[in-house]
Amino acid sequence: MSLRIHVLPRYRAPRGFPLLVLAGSIAAGLIAVGIVFAASGVNPFYALYKIFAGSFGSRYGLGETLTKAIPLILIGSGLALAFRGKFWNIGAEGQLLAGATAATWIGLNVRLPGIFLIALMFVSGFAAGAAWGALLALLKGRFGVNEVISSLMLNYIAYELITLLITGPWKGATQQGFPYTDDFSAAASLWQLPGTRIHVVTLGLALASAGILFLLLRSTRFGYELRVMGENPEAARYAGINFLGVSVLMMAVSGGVAGLAGVGEVAAIHHHLSYPMAISSGYGFTGIIVAWLAKLNPLAAIASGLFYAGILVGGDAIQVSLGLPAATVQVFNGMLLVFLICGDFFLHNRIEVRT
Amino acid sequence: MNPIVVSILDRTIAAGTPLLLGTLGEIVAERSGVLNLGVEGMMSVGAVGAFMVAMNTGSPWLGLIAAVAAGAALSLLHAFASVTLKVNQVVSGLALAMLGLGVSGLLGKPYMGRPQQAQLPIVKIPGLVDIPYLGTILFDKDPLFYIAVILGVLLWFLLAKTRWGVRVRSVGENPAAAAVQGVSVPGVRYLCTLAGGALAGMGGGYLSLVYSRSWTDGMTGGRGWIVIALTIFALWNPLRAFLGAFLFGGIFVLQYMLQPLGIPPNLLGAMPYIATLLVLVAGGLRRDSRHQNAPAALGEPFSRGER
Amino acid sequence: MKKIERLEMSGISKSFGVVAANRDVTLAIGEGEVLGLLGENGAGKTTLMNILYGLYAADSGEIRINGRAVHLSSPRDAIRAGIGMVHQHFMLVQNHTVAENVVLADEEAPFLHPAARVVEKLTTFSRRYGLSIDPARRVWQLSAGEQQKVEIVKALLQGADLLILDEPTSVLTPSEAGELFAVIRRMSEEGHSVIFISHKLEEVLQVCTRIAVLRRGRLEGIADPAKVNRRDLARMMVGREVLFSLERRAMPAGGPVLEVSDLVVPGDRGLEAVKGVSLTVRANEILGIAGVSGNGQRELVEAITGLRRSTRGLVRLEGKDITNQSARVIGAMGMSHVPEERMRFAVVPNLFVYENAVLKQQRNRLFSRVLFLDYEAIRGRAKEIVQTYNVAAPSINEPLKNLSGGNIQKLILGREISGEHSLLVAAHPTYGLDVGATEYIRGLLLALREKGKGVLLVSEDLEEIFELADRIAVMFGGRIVGVVDREAAKVEQVGMWMAGART
Repeated sequence: MSLRIHVLPRYRAPRGFPLLVLAGSIAAGLIAVGIVFAASGVNPFYALYKIFAGSFGSRYGLGETLTKAIPLILIGSGLALAFRGKFWNIGAEGQLLAGATAATWIGLNVRLPGIFLIALMFVSGFAAGAAWGALLALLKGRFGVNEVISSLMLNYIAYELITLLITGPWKGATQQGFPYTDDFSAAASLWQLPGTRIHVVTLGLALASAGILFLLLRSTRFGYELRVMGENPEAARYAGINFLGVSVLMMAVSGGVAGLAGVGEVAAIHHHLSYPMAISSGYGFTGIIVAWLAKLNPLAAIASGLFYAGILVGGDAIQVSLGLPAATVQVFNGMLLVFLICGDFFLHNRIEVRT
Repeated sequence: MNPIVVSILDRTIAAGTPLLLGTLGEIVAERSGVLNLGVEGMMSVGAVGAFMVAMNTGSPWLGLIAAVAAGAALSLLHAFASVTLKVNQVVSGLALAMLGLGVSGLLGKPYMGRPQQAQLPIVKIPGLVDIPYLGTILFDKDPLFYIAVILGVLLWFLLAKTRWGVRVRSVGENPAAAAVQGVSVPGVRYLCTLAGGALAGMGGGYLSLVYSRSWTDGMTGGRGWIVIALTIFALWNPLRAFLGAFLFGGIFVLQYMLQPLGIPPNLLGAMPYIATLLVLVAGGLRRDSRHQNAPAALGEPFSRGER
Repeated sequence: MKKIERLEMSGISKSFGVVAANRDVTLAIGEGEVLGLLGENGAGKTTLMNILYGLYAADSGEIRINGRAVHLSSPRDAIRAGIGMVHQHFMLVQNHTVAENVVLADEEAPFLHPAARVVEKLTTFSRRYGLSIDPARRVWQLSAGEQQKVEIVKALLQGADLLILDEPTSVLTPSEAGELFAVIRRMSEEGHSVIFISHKLEEVLQVCTRIAVLRRGRLEGIADPAKVNRRDLARMMVGREVLFSLERRAMPAGGPVLEVSDLVVPGDRGLEAVKGVSLTVRANEILGIAGVSGNGQRELVEAITGLRRSTRGLVRLEGKDITNQSARVIGAMGMSHVPEERMRFAVVPNLFVYENAVLKQQRNRLFSRVLFLDYEAIRGRAKEIVQTYNVAAPSINEPLKNLSGGNIQKLILGREISGEHSLLVAAHPTYGLDVGATEYIRGLLLALREKGKGVLLVSEDLEEIFELADRIAVMFGGRIVGVVDREAAKVEQVGMWMAGART
């Protein structure tokens, strides 16, 4: 008697099944991380408890979680949009930084009353991020350039250009030789909820963006065309959908919201432009997982962004208390993504064991 | 020949070797139809693995073996996800790149800043090394360079002139046709993906054993992504990979050469990435050759269907 | 001494989930026989042959060769047993040369420089069976008929005694089909046996020594071609009387709806695919374009419908110049398009039925205002189409991919002809559909003609063209090589035009 494992396609999933698979993938990821902890000599259950206690269990932790959730929700919803169009935008880091750079210039050089200055900073940040993203769509549409590579290259180029600026022409006179720009004035800084670092305006923008992008995708012609383009590009051609137009607009939006995140980071958290990797903190990459966790639904990015922010904050907490290196987060990112996509396998297939 | 020129060419070859290894590996994987975007991660674990093992055992050769094994191990995950589970190959590759970078950062932490004691011996090829100028550039190098060159020619020959090559290429072009003839599509794809990971790992090992003889988090510096672009540039032909790899090797060298000219170092730092973009754009201008050379089934999962 | 003197399939059953593709089928074939396997699309012919070729495993039943039971668990097993198969969609690597494709198939090809050694074998075989091919050419450069020859030579080279041909004439001109029949007769004389899968009654009557008819997975009966006619076979295939001609009223042609003048369209690889085509489609008329695929029909249709740029010439719809306009604009101006390969081009399988019901019309004022889509209107239209055109869908909120091929095509047609339009361009509209759906769709096309529309029909199915078209144009090598009214048209002449002979 021999066992044969058959892999068969799954045509209909019972209700709630996708959520079950999602939960399973996350659980698998946590177990894997637990193993890593154990291998480093740390009690995995204690570590996981500390992570969640650290991020949701205290007022301070909750505040930090919400703060970190802001860029994640923005980027996560923007990436969900792009990924739905099967445009693999890995350049959110660069788009965030473009936004941060634009906001820095406006914040330091333009004299306007507070509200208008902030508004201008956000608008310019969006525009800069949008341009940095739309460029990718142009390169793909006109020259067939693989967007994964081009978006990553633009990330690296952004890192170099900003480092150039902060060590050269934009170096702050008041920074005693450190490679930072001058600090933002109070007018250029975002108001934060007292006792926390939550910059409420950006939080509002994040929630609004998630909702707007969701509506865009579901209820507009643009969203319909984007989805058709992503699901079946040849049918999109037949339907007369303007690939270049739709993808440029899509990437402008995706890049633009990442730019908004950059404005928030630089105007509320750092108050000046400094080392690009410190400003972006890897949000551009973490955002990919937030988007995938949200099953590419921009509205769900709110939940997945909060969840992941909790993991990051908790991760910071145990890093300090348990001495785990920063790379642990990247390992977790990678592992969780692997489990998530493997979980997708169960959504589309079922396993039958026959004798 | 001007000793400066000799030095430039020398360093160009050194800079290009890891790119060549990575590109050869990616060509093999993609020719079988598997898109491996995790090269950056595989190079990274290869680099850290080589460094760790070489430091602890004193043997650079063991370090090299560790590099190959590490790259192959990571690519095994990619093969499993892409070929067996048939998930989205783009996301799988990205996830593994992240994982590889993270794991190598984690493992490499205690080794940061420590100089590598173990060294690969320089091999002078007798006779050939006495050729004026070319001799010192080409024939007075570390063994990995020779391995890379031999592998490049070997892979070209295998792919173009043997039955094995016809099978691999058929799997990448039309897996159904190959499957009907009894070729194991998953088997070929696993093999080629592992080879790709192994070569990427070797390239990473080169970085930490020969090129800079140290370990730093992120030392791969985007080379893995450049390799993917170079694969397209090479039109999936191992011989053409030489051209792209050493061209970019030259760009890396140029970065240092132009520094004293007062050009801001960050602009120079951006050069390889800008060059990659230009290469991709130029490739896109020649529309038809691009279409004709990419393996037709690249990136598409193959399932035999129900039996 | 042939490997296969007698082959028997007994009691073969195979189900995919709840669908029973083969039910207890028993067949036998002997040396030199040409067995026709006839049935509608979905009757189970290809499944049965895939079992014989080792691609599928039967749920029950057995296969005997020369009296001994054999277990065929892979194509390699089948090949070793002496069974070869030429699939309907060729299993060839387009970018490789003929020689490389044969190398893939040849177990005895040497490891080093295999292509060179294989060339000798190829030339011998070609001569013996009258199939000549240039081993150095790349497969994409060959015509469909030549590619089929490569497939046949491959099978014979592997030692096939029994050759299974799956719908072989679907890509051939009438004269090429004639050549194929001659090859089949040669093979039969040499002692090979042939299983000829088809849904075309005339051919099966012409070339087979016995005919097995499958219906809904069961063997309906075995017929002697000398004793039955088309109607008998059709009745066996479908289970009821089949109308061979649809009601057709004489209609005087109206004014020109589509005018194409001297159109030149480039193909994918830079060469001209359409080399100066002129044609006119009038209201109340169906213009049928006959011709084997690959002679420029696809590019012509794409240029007319706005999916491909033409480099010279004009296209006018109801007098208005639409040359090189976008597909959406042309669609909005009154041209409907039902493309070939419907799953690839005309629908998005992962989206819901109601979302597919307005594909290409998403910017129509009926369905969207400014930026937003009017889902109520869209759902309404979807329900309308489903009801009017008998689309069997459990609900319009289902993913479209859950529907059967015939129902998807009905949805597509319904979508295209529901709106305001003056011309329908239909490419291979009944390809792969069962008799019921085929009849229905052909009826729809005739109805359009009576309602004052013009129809441009591109089809490889000569029977369909002859049944529906008022005028028949033949495309060969990128040009229209002949146009004839249906009363004056003769199959032989059209066939010759299709093969490139100009008279």
